Amino acid sequence: MTAHDPEAMRRPNAPMTTYRYDEYDAAFVSERVAEFREQVRRRLSGALTEEEFRPFRLMNGLYLQLHAYMLRVAIPYGTLTARQMRRLADIAEKWDKGYGHFTTRQNLQYNWPKLVDTPDILESLADVEMHAIQTSGNCIRNVTADHFAGVAPDEIEDPRPTAEFLRQWSSLHSEFSFLPRKFKIAVTGAAHDRAAILVHDIGLRIVKNDTGEIGYQVVVGGGLGRSPFIGKVVGDFVPREDLLAFLEAILRVYNRFGRRDNKYKARVKILVHEKGIDEIRAAVEAEFAAMDRSAFAHDSEEFERIAAFFAPPPYDSLPATSASLRAAKLESPAFANFADVNVGAHKMPGYAIVTVSLKPIGGVPGDATSDQMRVLADASERFGFGELRVSHEQNIILPHVKQDDLLTLWRMLDAAGLATANAGLVSDIISCPGLDYCSLATARSIPIAQAISKRFSDMSRQRRIGKLGVKISGCINACGHHHVGAIGILGLEKKGQESYQITLGGDPTFSASIGEILGPGVTAEQVPDVVEHLVDYYLAEREEGEAFIDTWRRIGHARFKDVLRREGEDGADI
Amino acid sequence: MALISDGRFIEDAWRRLADEEALPKTGKFIVSLPRLEHAVEVLGPTATFGVIVPNTTEPSALIAALPRLDLISIAFPAFADGRGFSLARLLRRAEFKGELRASGRLVADQYPHAIGCGFDTIEIPDDLADRQDEEQWRSALNAYSMSYQRGYAGRGSILEARRKAARS
Repeated sequence: MTAHDPEAMRRPNAPMTTYRYDEYDAAFVSERVAEFREQVRRRLSGALTEEEFRPFRLMNGLYLQLHAYMLRVAIPYGTLTARQMRRLADIAEKWDKGYGHFTTRQNLQYNWPKLVDTPDILESLADVEMHAIQTSGNCIRNVTADHFAGVAPDEIEDPRPTAEFLRQWSSLHSEFSFLPRKFKIAVTGAAHDRAAILVHDIGLRIVKNDTGEIGYQVVVGGGLGRSPFIGKVVGDFVPREDLLAFLEAILRVYNRFGRRDNKYKARVKILVHEKGIDEIRAAVEAEFAAMDRSAFAHDSEEFERIAAFFAPPPYDSLPATSASLRAAKLESPAFANFADVNVGAHKMPGYAIVTVSLKPIGGVPGDATSDQMRVLADASERFGFGELRVSHEQNIILPHVKQDDLLTLWRMLDAAGLATANAGLVSDIISCPGLDYCSLATARSIPIAQAISKRFSDMSRQRRIGKLGVKISGCINACGHHHVGAIGILGLEKKGQESYQITLGGDPTFSASIGEILGPGVTAEQVPDVVEHLVDYYLAEREEGEAFIDTWRRIGHARFKDVLRREGEDGADI
Repeated sequence: MALISDGRFIEDAWRRLADEEALPKTGKFIVSLPRLEHAVEVLGPTATFGVIVPNTTEPSALIAALPRLDLISIAFPAFADGRGFSLARLLRRAEFKGELRASGRLVADQYPHAIGCGFDTIEIPDDLADRQDEEQWRSALNAYSMSYQRGYAGRGSILEARRKAARS
């Protein structure tokens, strides 16, 4: 594949719904590829030792996993175009095994690339304005955002211009590329948090003050991993023109004072925990006050330039509800289920947001084949201005679909195995790759997700259960976000056996909470039984309109513990 | 030790004094941080000297001596320990105008970062210089034509270039 891309010429009039590189962005990314090509060459020649090469390959998204290298491609703020999705499909076929894995941080992972091929893969990505920059390493990682950005009815402002602004600022930052540990930023601009901002190193919430001015509530020190913390407010209202200066102040404080003696205590959450948020806030404010802010003087102009790229696409003016949709739902119950579960309200009358689940019953959460990626790209072009999103729940979103088109879209998705109507339900499981791929893992996660999914394969039962977040991690690093699962599952290794610890009551949204441990670990085979018992108990106890977590909060953890203990005594094998 | 300046390996005009060594009357020399106060006290205003400091040093500990210092060398205990980059920024912010040196096992790929944060020179051990020759340092220096950050030294800023282009 070369810089010549025939697709680009075939669709010259596609509307602009996301950021497009200018000559500077393009030059930067291509210089980055050239630099990495040199680094690979120098690694192979011995000029760089593996230890020296490591941070540079990580900052280009290249991990060494259990069986092979893994390349993690950034999908900044989760937005990609049809053309980019097709390129991801092509790369999977040409240099990998014909599929990719969408992750919880709006990245795509290739599990089987060869080291020598990675510069070519990066070049192929650069061709469509993509990269793998800072998807790993002890630097500011790919900035994530609400996957319903720009289309959610509850939004104050589209968070993507902010995220793009931060993507540029954080790229190859001279000062902050060798931090104590990784550093993750998430942005939301809505009343409901779909970006899990309270469990990021920095969470940004776009807010409006009393005078109608837009600014940011800045939260610091959240995170999962072996010591989970909910982030704390470090700045209540940071005006837009001060955002970068304020973030530099936080990063400088962290870079200087974050612990480097123990990698498990090196995240900013530990610094905030050990010093206390008041001391951190004082240090950040002192640093902010001492900074020469003239360098940030023209940030607002740059922000406006970026924001212009995210203008709404040319919507048709439509009635708020669609008669044909109503008719189609009556005609096909399967379609009606999909429309009820995977279709969400859109800010524009007559439009809808469609979540395409990458969690087929018994499948690998987040995986998509090249063919499926192409179907998604085609669908986005036929029904949604050629734009797609990746959610942190590892699903794909078509953000601008006419309600009138939903039936045709559903048929197209169904034919490609992409119409599982389980968005937000018990089988819409977040899972890390676990011991099947990862060298850090202590237990398998994917087979656990598959077993739970199969246990609840009756879709009408899933709908009856309602909204329920099941999240699985294969080790205490918590990539599967188990701490914030209403039901969290953590795979550990005990005396050579896989053992799964269950937690209840986790919540990644503005009402964030860390799950509480249910009891002693269980075996892999027992996990679906335990989940089923918990779900049945919830169904028996729930009051009108309560989701699993609401019932758990109302009646308390102890009752759930009790029921499981009783089940155990009654002879159920758990 | 090898010294890199402007993408070239150069002769080091400075000498690091051992702590037991007496302060010389002439020449360029570098003292350790514990000896700095004494050196400032006894050396005449024309003496040319510098200090080597750990990367955990508080800039306030150097403020009083800054006008007297011709060189500050910041130790990098490991190449991936980025504290020295922030310390360099803070010393430049305190208007230190002399030579700022990064000393440790920095790799060539970090050269743009060091320049960006205000360093002038990089001092690396000989074994590292053998593997990473002058060519690699020079090419690292030229790897990027511009940078996204503002207020950092070295390469031009993309933001400034965009503004200029928009206005012309």
